[in-house]
Amino acid sequence: MKALQIPVVELPKETDELRREIRQFLKEEIENGSIVPKCDCWLSGFSAEFSKKMGERGWIGMTWPKKYGGGERSSVERYVVTEEMLAAGAPVSGHWIADRQSGPLFLKFGTEDQKQFFLPKIAKGECFFAIGLSEPNAGSDLANIQTRAVKVDNGWVLNGSKIWTSGAHVAHYSIVLCRTSPQDPNNRHAGMSQLIVDLKAPGVTIRPIHLMTGEHHFNEVFFEDVFIPDEMVVGEVGNGWAQGMAELAYERSGPERILSTYPLLNELTNILVENKDRNGLKQVSRLVSRMWTLRNMSLGIAQLLEEGVPSNIIASLVKDMGTKFEQEIAEITRLLVSVVPSTDSESLIEKYLAQSILQSPGFTLRGGTNEILRGIIAKGVIQQ
Amino acid sequence: MSEMKEMIIESASKMFEKYSTKEAVNESEKGVWAGDLWNSLAENGMLTVAVPEELGGSGGDYDDALSILRLAGKYSAPIPLAETYMANWLLAKFDIPVGNDILTVAYEKNMQPFQFNKDGEGFVVTGKAKNVPWARYADKLIVLGETSDGTIFSLLDLKDAQINQGKNMAGEARDEVIFDHVFVNDPVNRFIGRDDFEKTVLYSGALTKSVLMAGALEKILEVTINHTNERNQFGRPLHRFQAIQHHIAHLAGESASAGLAASYAVDSFEKDPFSKEIALAKIRVNEAAGKGNPIAHQVLAAIGFTYEHTLHHSTRRLWSWRDEFGTESEWEEVVTDELLNLDKDGLWSLITGVENYSKEVEVK
Ligand SMILES: Cc1cc2nc3c(=O)[nH]c(=O)nc-3n(C[C@H](O)[C@H](O)[C@H](O)COP(=O)(O)OP(=O)(O)OC[C@H]3O[C@@H](n4cnc5c(N)ncnc54)[C@H](O)[C@@H]3O)c2cc1C
Repeated sequence: MKALQIPVVELPKETDELRREIRQFLKEEIENGSIVPKCDCWLSGFSAEFSKKMGERGWIGMTWPKKYGGGERSSVERYVVTEEMLAAGAPVSGHWIADRQSGPLFLKFGTEDQKQFFLPKIAKGECFFAIGLSEPNAGSDLANIQTRAVKVDNGWVLNGSKIWTSGAHVAHYSIVLCRTSPQDPNNRHAGMSQLIVDLKAPGVTIRPIHLMTGEHHFNEVFFEDVFIPDEMVVGEVGNGWAQGMAELAYERSGPERILSTYPLLNELTNILVENKDRNGLKQVSRLVSRMWTLRNMSLGIAQLLEEGVPSNIIASLVKDMGTKFEQEIAEITRLLVSVVPSTDSESLIEKYLAQSILQSPGFTLRGGTNEILRGIIAKGVIQQ
Repeated sequence: MSEMKEMIIESASKMFEKYSTKEAVNESEKGVWAGDLWNSLAENGMLTVAVPEELGGSGGDYDDALSILRLAGKYSAPIPLAETYMANWLLAKFDIPVGNDILTVAYEKNMQPFQFNKDGEGFVVTGKAKNVPWARYADKLIVLGETSDGTIFSLLDLKDAQINQGKNMAGEARDEVIFDHVFVNDPVNRFIGRDDFEKTVLYSGALTKSVLMAGALEKILEVTINHTNERNQFGRPLHRFQAIQHHIAHLAGESASAGLAASYAVDSFEKDPFSKEIALAKIRVNEAAGKGNPIAHQVLAAIGFTYEHTLHHSTRRLWSWRDEFGTESEWEEVVTDELLNLDKDGLWSLITGVENYSKEVEVK
């Protein structure tokens, strides 16, 4: 079936050196105590300082034009950087969203001024973005958003609220999807726009929502008569839905949909190898076979996206299977090692296992639930 | 994909479509040789792909041959195409010319070599092999042999053999072949280490099975989707039910995973005939068969459970093939051997194929 065809990617030899450079850097960062690896690092590992160091090394905005602070490198090289960071559990959440989707959104739909203003800062690791999509009554049914902006002289006035906004309390801006014309029952996706909201602007209030572990990760963000200048509209007024959807394949097929619990799998393997535990390692072999397949799918999609081939169906497949795989690593680990998982344990396996289990419900929710993804996949292949 | 490959795939598809029909597959199970299919592949040079022209082959690479084989899997082609490729590639490696003979290979875990006792110009051959694919139709068989001078592989003419018919779950011929003191005049023999022979057959067997299975998994996805379009219940097509959509999504994932895993195994084979990719792929493809078959049968319900429907052509093959040339468990043992040798934090190097330090640096 054409829609499910994914190419075999031969990683260029030059990327081997890049990998070693990253690994050496990470080894030093961990050894000198600058960073503490953890599971689910791309959402819950934050370090402004670390993001800045990555920016200095040219590892943010890698594929963007040089005139905007990018590195004009290939998406495969970017893939290498992101997966090395995830495998090491490095604190990359600060810049993750800006690097993955806000920057590319500006490149595709932004004005020249927006590109010149935002992209270099993002690439330096100094400017973080949050995703302003979900609302209390618009989760899976995102088209039901109520937050709206009304036209005034030189700009828009924004009212409403967003919820579950990851990292809003540390981000500088959020790209907010809102209504700019009233809801049209005949076209649910019409009349929406994307606005860049300065999270320090008057009228913006950010309230923490604590995760079940007590961690402060996501937030509720309220907008009360927030003035948004015309220059802060992304792309066309009214085209917000289509613009947002265009980026979904990037969001759904990246290595972060496979590797959120990789530090745990690595630690499990270390222990089983040390104990020469053949039976345990056989189960790891099965996981390795799955992970190898998923990674190849994800890499293949990265290449297709660079070539401009629509990949929404396979990207959704990777996210559905990859996130379940991330959860399964924890389930298999706990049966192979007899430990007491705890987030404050000194032992890596106990710590990573606790992190993986306690973060795991989010894997299959964030960025579109697996149920919604399966609907997209099924409809996609049926139409073929 | 190269233009050449597209042409090969297009013409092979036509042949399978024409000759590997529902009737041909069912007839084959009743004991009728699919001669038209075999002959048309032979006439088009498709049996000897990836063997150089100097040796009587039609050239091309493994990827070309295995693209044809994937189609054979998709169409449940009831012929020993995989076995013939395996045999031809082994012969070609030893510079032995090949033709359009129907070939098969004897392989079992811990198999007993055939005994070759020198007798004048020839040998008296004695041995027994079980579950030999398609032996009743094959012209020749490759076996592991033992002579007074060492282990060999030999290409034996099957007309001299006693054959007891057997079958796998798909009704494909899996016969017992017995040579009981048969005199063979000047057979094609080559010295080969026992391990080398076994590994060569095991890995090429697992590779070809993975490719066939990837084709069959593609087929059951297509059959399932078509069924949900055509069958109505409660006044609408089945695919409108969300429970059915989720089945389809799950099956699509298994099918796509198996397809890509097989492609990576194919890609690795040229560089390393005993690659870890072949092991990882067979594990993943087997798993996909185990997960995919029940989904297809659940969605097709009673009609898919009948002989009349063709779903079983693929699902029975998948259930049979996943155990041929290594179950998940057996290949996991192989991967485990590699894992046991890992340095601390070495798993990532294994997955990415890149060591933490470049080898050149280490040497200095
Ligand atoms: C860790 C985490 C981080 C997040 N970060 C952000 C962020 O930064 N920005 C942001 O905007 N949002 C964020 N979200 C929100 C996330 O996108 C939503 O949680 C998600 O889209 C689901 O919405 P909901 O929670 O309202 O669930 P609901 O939509 O209410 O769904 C409840 C259940 O019903 C199922 N369901 C709903 N509709 C259907 C249907 N049509 N068919 C079948 N099943 C259905 C769902 O799959 C789910 O199982 C985050 C969520 C998490 C968990």
